[in-house]
Amino acid sequence: MCLAVPGKILAIAGEDPIMRVARVDFGGIVKEINLAYAPEAEIGAYVLVHVGFAISVVDEKEAGRVFEHLRVIGDIEAELGVEVRQ
Amino acid sequence: MERLLDTLIRPAFANPPLDRRHDGARLDLAGRLAFTTDSYVVRPLFFPGGDIGTLAVNGTVNDLAMCGARPAYLSASFILEEGLSLDTLRRVVHSMSDAAAAVGVEIVTGDLKVVDRGKADGLFVNTAGVGRIVAADPIEPQSVRPGDAVIVSGDLARHGIAVMATREGLGFESAIESDCAPLADPVLALIEAGIAVHCLRDLTRGGLASALVEIAETAALSIDIDETAVPVREDVRSACELLGLDPLHVANEGRFVAFVPAAEAVRALAQLRRFPVSEAATVIGAVGQAATGRVICKSAIGGRHVLDMLAGDQLPRIC
Amino acid sequence: MKFRDEYRDPEAARRFAVAIARAATRPWTLMEVCGGQTHAIVRCGIDELLPTGITLVHGPGCPVCVTPVDYVDKAIEIADRPGTILASFGDMLRVPGSNGDLFAAKSRGADIRVVYSPLDALTIARANPNREVVFFAVGFETTAPANGMAVYRARREGLQNFSMLASHVLVPPAMRSILSLPTNKIQGFLAAGHVCTIMGFEEYVPLASQFRVPIVVTGFEPLDILEGVYLCVRQLEAGRAEVENQYSRSVQREGNQLAQKIMREVFRVVRRRWRGIGEIEESGLGLAETYRDLDAETRFGLVVSREERQSDCISGLVLCGERKPPECPAFGTRCTPEHPLGVTMVSSEGACAAYYRYRGVPVAEAAE
Repeated sequence: MCLAVPGKILAIAGEDPIMRVARVDFGGIVKEINLAYAPEAEIGAYVLVHVGFAISVVDEKEAGRVFEHLRVIGDIEAELGVEVRQ
Repeated sequence: MERLLDTLIRPAFANPPLDRRHDGARLDLAGRLAFTTDSYVVRPLFFPGGDIGTLAVNGTVNDLAMCGARPAYLSASFILEEGLSLDTLRRVVHSMSDAAAAVGVEIVTGDLKVVDRGKADGLFVNTAGVGRIVAADPIEPQSVRPGDAVIVSGDLARHGIAVMATREGLGFESAIESDCAPLADPVLALIEAGIAVHCLRDLTRGGLASALVEIAETAALSIDIDETAVPVREDVRSACELLGLDPLHVANEGRFVAFVPAAEAVRALAQLRRFPVSEAATVIGAVGQAATGRVICKSAIGGRHVLDMLAGDQLPRIC
Repeated sequence: MKFRDEYRDPEAARRFAVAIARAATRPWTLMEVCGGQTHAIVRCGIDELLPTGITLVHGPGCPVCVTPVDYVDKAIEIADRPGTILASFGDMLRVPGSNGDLFAAKSRGADIRVVYSPLDALTIARANPNREVVFFAVGFETTAPANGMAVYRARREGLQNFSMLASHVLVPPAMRSILSLPTNKIQGFLAAGHVCTIMGFEEYVPLASQFRVPIVVTGFEPLDILEGVYLCVRQLEAGRAEVENQYSRSVQREGNQLAQKIMREVFRVVRRRWRGIGEIEESGLGLAETYRDLDAETRFGLVVSREERQSDCISGLVLCGERKPPECPAFGTRCTPEHPLGVTMVSSEGACAAYYRYRGVPVAEAAE
């Protein structure tokens, strides 16, 4: 369940928080998305969109954590003198 | 109906056999011929990049090209739902005449019927086509050999997305256009350059996956493709992501796969890239040695899975 | 696409796979709950990258699969009535009811419209004031806020011709149900990252400690799933049983508070029957009392649910991870994607459909 796709906010419109919408760029496709569940989202931010609603704002710092973790795993193995073999 | 044929259709297609207003067209065609037919029932009738008329002409032209034939003559039959606007019919007919002129084929015979409201989805079109076979050897799955290069003529999934976005009102800001186009020129160029074309298939409903699976099963050979080599335009890929669709299964209308001996792949690409419709032609895989009849797709991250035909068309999914 | 493509890097995937192989000293059986994760695993061949001791079982994470037969029947019944328009997500159109599916109903003239967003169903209602528009609302907690918003706005606008047929399901009760089975073999979970984006992950803490299973909140891209597996295996090897958040770029402990607020306003927790599994207490969402007038079941006076028909389909056992699809006598013979006996074969996320398409690549072909 739950196909949610990341997109970048290009513009925001609407005063009423329930009706607030954004033009979101999904890698070349621009579509209007409802921001009722992401009131903190600003222009330039990335949001995860599910069925036309932004359900979260991507935490860009946390987004890099996966690669940081990989690096740490690699460092540990280097320290232990362990080869990363196929 | 006769009035519609006289006032609208015949003048649009104007050619000597048609203008004789006879029950059939008498043609002078000899030698090995390719003959094909298809019915077109697309909804909506008009979409970015084309309409049911352009599909009807190009689809049949392309089927002839896939047989290694130079398209020569088409028939066109129309089934109209009562109440279809004359303007709609006029637009479709003019699309067809433009498409035919672009390829150099003549629509020499045809028919028109009107059925009660509710019995047809606005308009159904059938075209049949005939052409002279130019290729010396049979172009068919049975000619495919282990080691053959698998070439796709251009980027995928545009047509399916264009039609679906229009039909379901998906609200994309700038429309993706269908890739509907005739393919006779690049195909004939391959044949005339003396390249041993083993098999051709135009990619329509079911996308690249269906075409490859059918060929692999008929030829009883395995095919390996690299997903990262398959060209998909960025915005088309994004639209597929948004809708939960797989570009390998989405319809095309102006793309084909070609199976050629590995040694001729470079020459084949050079020929194809001379034409705008196939300027992005590229090798995406190869025919394997095993007689499995399966298509194996290597994904972007390196894992592999069996490519299958889907039962029925893909629908947008949320899950 | 940023925040998507980088999580599909093949070199990083390979390194995670190696790290998992190093970490695992024994076989482990993990379940990924979410259909979207199943899809990524099968599509990208992730299980091929994992060491042979790590087994991934596909869980009931497909709300399409588990939607009870009687809700599909109700949707068809509504759609078949003259003057109604049924709006639905595409996923539901080929799910078999007792007599055919929504696609078949559409072919015989029912006005059924596929929508991308529940708000599109509202648009249809406004554009067709003389027709009754019903939105077929399915999904997990991820989709409930969006579906809830449609109802919330319909009430605010005073839209008279809109109602919702609600068949939502909740994930934690299903996980508890699986863990409670005496035959349970699942030792760790990859929890559904988008469900947790909405709900947070507090409610998984008692599950982890009561049943002593690690639960890793996991995303949907290949690197997310591989990291989720790695973290889960690490916990198992260390004898830990905690909730961990792999998908921290989207998930916070408390989840999306605004979304939860609307859900609490519009929905109430109900007992739900899960297709192939049976009834699970407090495992679903129906419309709240105050929104009764927007409930399609009330508006259309729909029939009381029937008993599920017995058939050869073992989708319930598959959904709980008790059986693998190839163990079903009908698999691949009487039951294929072209003529499915049950929903685990119909839905492209269903475990049986995934197995059928994957069909195991023989060792001989695996040599590069």
